This record gives sequence, C-alpha cells and structure tokens, in this order.
Amino acid sequence: MAYLDLTALQKSFGANQVVKSFDLGVAKGEFVSLLGPSGCGKTTVLRMVAGFETPTVGAIKIDGQDVTHLRPNQRNIGMVFQAYALFPNLTVAQNVGFGLKIAGVSAAETAARVADMLALIGLPDMGARYPFQLSGGQQQRVALARALAPRPRVLLLDEPLSALDAKIRVSLRAEIRDIQRKLGITTIFVTHDQEEALSMSDRVVVMNGGRAEQVGAPFEIYNHPKTRFVAQFVGTLNTLDAIVIDPAGGEVTVQGQPLRLPQPIAALRGATVGLALRPEVVHLEADTAQISRGDFALPARIAAVQFLGAVIRVKAETAAGEISLDLFNRPDAPPPPLGAEVALRFRGQDVIVLA
Amino acid sequence: MKRILSWAAIAVGVVYFFLPLVGMLEFSLKMRRGEYSLDAYRSVMGDPQFQATFGYSVLMACLTIVFGVLVVVPTVFWVRLKLPRLRPFMEFITLLPLVIPPIVIVFGYIRLFNTSSWLPLTGSALGTDFLLMCGYAVLALPYMYRAVDTGLAAIDLRTLTEAAQSLGAGWITVLARVILPNVLVAVLSGAFLTFAIVIGEYVFAALLDRPAFGPYLVWAGGNKAYEPAALAVMTFALTWACMMLIQLATKFSKHTRMPH
Ligand SMILES: Nc1ncnc2c1ncn2[C@@H]1O[C@H](COP(=O)(O)OP(=O)(O)OP(=O)(O)O)[C@@H](O)[C@H]1O
Ligand SMILES: [Mg+2]
Repeated sequence: MAYLDLTALQKSFGANQVVKSFDLGVAKGEFVSLLGPSGCGKTTVLRMVAGFETPTVGAIKIDGQDVTHLRPNQRNIGMVFQAYALFPNLTVAQNVGFGLKIAGVSAAETAARVADMLALIGLPDMGARYPFQLSGGQQQRVALARALAPRPRVLLLDEPLSALDAKIRVSLRAEIRDIQRKLGITTIFVTHDQEEALSMSDRVVVMNGGRAEQVGAPFEIYNHPKTRFVAQFVGTLNTLDAIVIDPAGGEVTVQGQPLRLPQPIAALRGATVGLALRPEVVHLEADTAQISRGDFALPARIAAVQFLGAVIRVKAETAAGEISLDLFNRPDAPPPPLGAEVALRFRGQDVIVLA
Repeated sequence: MKRILSWAAIAVGVVYFFLPLVGMLEFSLKMRRGEYSLDAYRSVMGDPQFQATFGYSVLMACLTIVFGVLVVVPTVFWVRLKLPRLRPFMEFITLLPLVIPPIVIVFGYIRLFNTSSWLPLTGSALGTDFLLMCGYAVLALPYMYRAVDTGLAAIDLRTLTEAAQSLGAGWITVLARVILPNVLVAVLSGAFLTFAIVIGEYVFAALLDRPAFGPYLVWAGGNKAYEPAALAVMTFALTWACMMLIQLATKFSKHTRMPH
C-alpha cells in the first residue's frame, strides 16, 4: 500500500460537485504533481489532504493511519501557499521555528534545526530579518523551510511559484526538487503550469473536471496520453484527420498518402480518426525535389516563424490544416523564409491516435 | 479671495475651539489671588476622593479593555473567517450603542439584573462593577469593533490561520500567537479610545451608583470653584495623551510596514 493513500475522494460544495471520485497512491519520498486547468479541483484535493476541507465521501490515509477526520493541526503535514503566508510579526528564524515551538521542542534544538533549515534553503544569514525585508523568492524559500522544519510526513505545495517572476520560478523549481530529494519527503505539488509539472515530478496527475484523467511519469504522460484532453492539455499538439484503411495492420491515409502506424486501430475500415503530432516529431524538408515518390510527405507553405533561441517554432499551412513544428537552432541553417514551399514529414511511430 | 476666506474660516474654527480651553486653563491657574499658580491642581491631587475615583475609573478602563479585546477579537476573527455573510449584521449591531442613549441601556440593565431578577447582579458591589464594565464595553464596542475589523482586513487572515494550523497550532494558539500580534496596533488604538470613553463616562456610573471619576467631576463642578477647571484641563490632557499614544503605536509597529 502506498504511503499516502487517497481513496475515492469526493467533495461537493452545495450542489456543485468539485471533486468526483479521486484515487491516488503516493509512495514514500515520491514527488507527485497535480496538473490541470483552473477550477478542476486541484486545490480542493490538496486542502482535503491538509485537513482544511472534509471529503464528502472517501478516505485519506497516511502511513496506514486514517486521517480523514483529523483536524489540520493533528496531521503533521507541511504546507506551502501561493501567497507565502509568512507571519509578518515574526522574524525569519521565528517563522521557521514556529512549528517546533508549538511541538514543544527545546530552545536549543529549535535554534539548531532553524539554522539547518536556513542553510538548506541558502539563506543562512537572514534569520534576524522580517518577512517584508525579503524578496518574493526568498519569502517562498522561508515558507518552505517553515513547512519542513517540524519534519512533516507529507509536504503539500499549492502553486508556490506562480507569484514569482519567470527567472526565479525556474531556478526555484530545481531548488525545491533538490531539497525534496535530499530530505526524501513525500510531496504533492499543485500547478497549472505543465512545464513545471513535467520538469519536477516523479509522476504527474492530469486532472480535468474533478477527476484524474491520467497518472504517470512525465515521459509517459507527454508521449502516450490516454485521452484527448491529456494530449491537448500537456504540450502543443497538431491534429490531423486520417482515414482508416486496415484497422488491424494500423494502415491509414492522410491527405491520400498512406501511413503505417505501429499499433492496430480501434476503428472500422473507412472511418475517420484523429491523429496528433508533437511539434518536435515533424521534420521540415526545404528541398521538395529531394523527396522520392512513395515517401510520406505533406506539401506545406511556411506561415509563421518564431525564433525562440535554442528552438525555432515554425507554423506551416497544409491542406489538412495548420501544423506547428519545432526546429533546433543551428548557426549554419537559417529558418525558412515566410511563404516558402516545403514538405512536412513524420513517422508512423511518432503519431498519437486520439480516442 | 478664496484663500483669504478659507484662512478666515480656519481662524474662526481655531478661536471657537481653543478660546474656551485657553480660558479654562487660565482660570485654573488663578486660585491664588494676584498671581498664576498650580494651587488648584495641588488641591485636586491632594483630594482623597479624586485619588479614589480616578483610581477606580482607571482600573475599570483597564478591565473593560481586556474584556473588550477578549470578546471582540475572537468574534471578529471568527466572523471574517467562517461567517462572512454576517458582517453587515455585525456592522449594524456594533453601531447600536451610538444610536441608543446610554440612559436607556442602563435602565435596561437595572430592570434585567436588579435584586429580584434571575441574575441579581446589582445586589453586590462586585456584581455591579461587573455590570458597569459590561456597559462600558458596550459603549466602546463601535470603536473597538471597527479598529479590530480594520486591523484584520489588513492581513491575509485565512492563509495565515491555515499556515499556523498546518504547523500544529490550535485555535487558541492561532489567536494568541498569530492574529493578536498582527492586529496589535489596531487593538491598541481601540484600547486608548476605550480608555478615554471610560474615564469621562457619567451616566452609567451615576445610575449604578459606583464611585467613578465621571460622577466626581460633576460633583466637583457643583461644589468647588477653581478645581473643576483644573480637572477639565487634566481630563483633556489625558485624552490627548491617548490620541498621541495611538499615533506612536502605529509608528512603532516596524513589521507591519509592507514593501509594496
Ligand atoms: N469553499 C468553496 N465553496 C464553494 N465552492 C468552492 C469552494 N472552494 C472551491 N470551490 C469551487 O470548486 C472548484 C474547484 O476549485 P479549486 O480551487 O479546487 O480549483 P483549482 O484546480 O485549484 O483551480 P486554480 O488553478 O484556479 O487554483 C471551483 O469551481 C471553485 O469555484
Ligand atoms: Mg488552486
């Protein structure tokens, strides 16, 4: 059994059912993200784990102990909020030591633990400052230290990085993950930023409308989305219509050109299915004369070029609709000019069949 | 032209407000014939009745403040956190003491808590003192409520509470260690206002027949010549000192300054 176990959780506010039968097991020391659009119930799930909301139905167990009806202050769970929520009247050291003081830890031990935590978050000399004397990023690190100081069983973070500027957001991601690994603490991280979820997590839970649509490692979620929602919510996606020729053999045609998919298709011959492509699996052939007869190649015209640095995002117009593709920047290969006639190629094994 | 007029208006206001004060101050210094002296003040200070009533009222003021804080802070906290729909109702309730004359309130008290009632508070001095303190707390409620409410509006009440709870704090700890320290300035300004109200209050103390400073002021006004002026000046000074303390308290709260 998992260390943190959420079983068939449901939560309604009045007639509004916000969480609908949510199951999740988190292993000890695992980092799991809840990812989903605004209003899908991520915060509500987290608040039920923390004890700020009581589930309408379902159970929450930590290390085999049923905590569903324990009060928040009896659960020994650390929480980090989007708005930092440091106590403004206390110094950084007093903030970090707050939980220890309540737990009745001796002054000497508290001081030692606070010093350890401040060193861990890289702010060893800031103990005497007040929260208003810190930057947002520093405040959030202090909030993390405060949550971790009493050695909680589980750490919960609700969009802890959303209030910070882009640069600090990215560096803090790595820092949080580092600290989490060092302490081996079981963690649930809520975000609506897919890049955050994919880059930090052992596993990602993609949520939609109060349900977990898919749970899996980032690689799995990105490359093998189980539902159309997951495919479209995580990453950029191009969709194409294809006509099924041979369901068992995985053969379809796209714009009249044959394409073989590696797996059988759950549709009848002659039916139309949706194919999805990530921008990075589409290749651009600038010299259309090079393409030999019989190769799969969609004719296209360059509609937009966005130079992002390491990556160049190109939008190309085809008879099947607009397709986005990513090229790696190379100093010897300038991006194609607008309006150029090109061909787009991709392999059957890179295609996601949408259910 | 407009400037001159507005300066004239201010001048009239200042004269209207300060002239009586200056007159009173001047009069309070003239107890000794032919020269200014502090004799009236010395006489007041030496009066054992002054010492007794003033001491009594200061004590009552302190008790009222403690009682008011203990009642108002948790109530406002709970309403803001859990029952925000009740806030307009609270606003209304806390305005009532400004609308209902104190004489009505105190007659109500006497009817409800007289010696032949179910709770005969007026039967003993201590019971009457308690009743008087409750009455003072009611009189101060509009100010205390607003001060605390404004203070709580300035902090992120819900998140701070939840942060403290997740760190193991129960309700008492949340209130004592997180909420109260962060609204201390607001509470202090409410406290000084309460102090000023209680020190000068007459109706409650007179009708409940307690030896408070207000009735003493009135008695002195009817029976002495120079001392009432000295007393009035002292009361004014005390009230202004309270106002200044509110300002100071606001200034010295170093952590409530926000960076943005
Ligand atoms: N206390 C509450 N009372 C009534 N409805 C609520 C309450 N808390 C949340 N909701 C509703 O539940 C739904 C889910 O809210 P929740 O905060 O869990 O979403 P979320 O996934 O965290 O969204 P976001 O990314 O915007 O933070 C929303 O429609 C919200 O309006
Ligand atoms: Mg949320």
